[in-house]
Amino acid sequence: MSAVGQDTQAAGGQHPRVAARGPAAGRVVTRSRRSALWAGLAAVVAIAILGYLPYLVFSDTTGLMVQFFQLLIMASMWNLLAGYAGLVSVGHQAFIGLGAYFVVLLAMHGLSPFTAIPIATAATGVVGLPVWWLVSRLRSGYFAITMWVIASVCMLIIIQISSLGSGTGIALSGLTQSPTLLAADTYWATLAVAVLAIAGIYALLRSRLGLALTAIRDDEAGAKSIGGRVGSVQRLVFLVTALGCGAAGAVYAIGQQFIVPTAAFDVSFTAEMIFITIIGGIGTIEGPIIGTIVFFILQQTLSADGTWYWIVLGLVAIAVAIWAPRGIWGLVSERFGIRLFPVGFYVWPAGEQPRRLLARSARP
Amino acid sequence: MTWVNAVIQGVMLGGLYALFACGLSLMFGVMKVINLAHGDLAMVAAYIALGVVTITHVPAVWSFVLVVPIFAALGYVLQRTLLQASLNRGVITTLLVTFGLSVVIENALQQFLSANSRELNIGSLVSDSFSIGSQITIAYLDLAILVVAVAVLLGLQYFLSSSRSGRMIRAVADDREAAQLSGINYRHVFGIATAIAFGTVALAGLAYGMYTQFDPTTGTTALLLYAFEAVVIGGLGSLWGTLAGGILLGVAQQVGAQYHAADQVLAGQLLFLIILVLRPQGITSRRELA
Repeated sequence: MSAVGQDTQAAGGQHPRVAARGPAAGRVVTRSRRSALWAGLAAVVAIAILGYLPYLVFSDTTGLMVQFFQLLIMASMWNLLAGYAGLVSVGHQAFIGLGAYFVVLLAMHGLSPFTAIPIATAATGVVGLPVWWLVSRLRSGYFAITMWVIASVCMLIIIQISSLGSGTGIALSGLTQSPTLLAADTYWATLAVAVLAIAGIYALLRSRLGLALTAIRDDEAGAKSIGGRVGSVQRLVFLVTALGCGAAGAVYAIGQQFIVPTAAFDVSFTAEMIFITIIGGIGTIEGPIIGTIVFFILQQTLSADGTWYWIVLGLVAIAVAIWAPRGIWGLVSERFGIRLFPVGFYVWPAGEQPRRLLARSARP
Repeated sequence: MTWVNAVIQGVMLGGLYALFACGLSLMFGVMKVINLAHGDLAMVAAYIALGVVTITHVPAVWSFVLVVPIFAALGYVLQRTLLQASLNRGVITTLLVTFGLSVVIENALQQFLSANSRELNIGSLVSDSFSIGSQITIAYLDLAILVVAVAVLLGLQYFLSSSRSGRMIRAVADDREAAQLSGINYRHVFGIATAIAFGTVALAGLAYGMYTQFDPTTGTTALLLYAFEAVVIGGLGSLWGTLAGGILLGVAQQVGAQYHAADQVLAGQLLFLIILVLRPQGITSRRELA
């Protein structure tokens, strides 16, 4: 599969030779191959079934799914940041903790925790602005650890605030539903955030900015040299991930109902995001989804012994990062040529035509 | 007078932080990579020392004779294998691999050696002290750690500027390609630099184990961040800057603790953020060793 970007077509206009070899020579360019269509259909069906789930199963199952979606949201955000914008953070637990505490704070002032989710998310995004200003001047490892320091500072400040429960934690108020209804509401809220997060990332990567992001993913210096506005794109992505992790923290608060600073700002959140993304496949939308499924199965089978679970995960992640850097999804999509979330373009060789349904979306 | 005492205690604590920071700084200077497992490696050294003391019954103070060479060898091997393999993939991979290493080490320590707090028992030395006036008390151990830190920095400075290996390290740090063209095997040089860094981190881990209690999580929750903050506060690439950074961080923490016990760590981290805002050029400034 050759992903040919919009830039190639633009260049084609200026260089006739490229145009002659381009779509004009009987080739068709589409955004998708058939697998994407099926994926789209499957996604609609899956969301419908997932939405109906609370009517079918007990709340302990939906409780597990809530954890699953939280992991999925966080990993997708970390993947967007590291896999596309080239920014490795080990401090995104800062935004998770802040999202959680914003919900607690809003609920204390009488707001329903569910109504508080979008407000807490936005508030976390606002905090993300000065944080970006602070860390944007830093590179790779410096960026990574400084984010960690910022997460630590956020936690230490919240520990000082006695009205937020200091270091011992605080219960989330305002959850008045019956336990069954609360479990279902929590599930729907988390599902909604997860769907919005992935749809948002997909839309972002299919937009013009997505092209810049893909270029930065492949070669940051190269992207800068051909005029990609790396800085502003990275800022946007950073803020999106702050929002996403804030939302994940908000639903985390509702799921936990009791928030402790050391747990809400635990670096383990980021460790999970990192391991899921690496194992699933960094730099693809599908990677974190596959990774979360693998991770979740591992967690459910190994969780009896917490430390072994981390040792195994860490070793697998190290091995994957070095010897199979594209992760599980990378191996699968390379082997079978599948893309469930097509963000590039596909050039069909002359003579081979896509089905009519796909050709309709073709760019001449 | 209590404030003067806080500053003096901070200076001595700073020696410990500088000892932690110099290995991190050296590895970053040569390989342009931050080793996120730095703090956990110090803890591994402390646990190895515990084992050495248990088996051989030598005083804990002398455990460094065994632990430091073991760690230097470990550093060389780790660099030539795992770290070099990840460096070949790029900076991001190396960051992720060292982060994975950190998680694995921390949990392996918990799994095999329990999460209990330990300390390296050095007998009465831990509490022996002398007083200046009525308010200022200086523990011999704290003073010794500061002296060791300065000695290590002096030794490192001398090694980098005067020895053949040191010159090779500086050459590779300055321009790897050019050094390669002159016939230097940069992988071997990376190995030597990592061996030295691991030696210093082992020393720092032992010093910490004698100074206070430690457990498997100490490496990530405290030591890595302190070492990094000391490097940034002091300014990158300068070993004496690292000492200054460690001392500033130590003083900030002790003065913060004087204000309120809960403010100790926060004060150090706020100082770090202030330096980051006011002197970002200190962070991206000229990168040179020694």
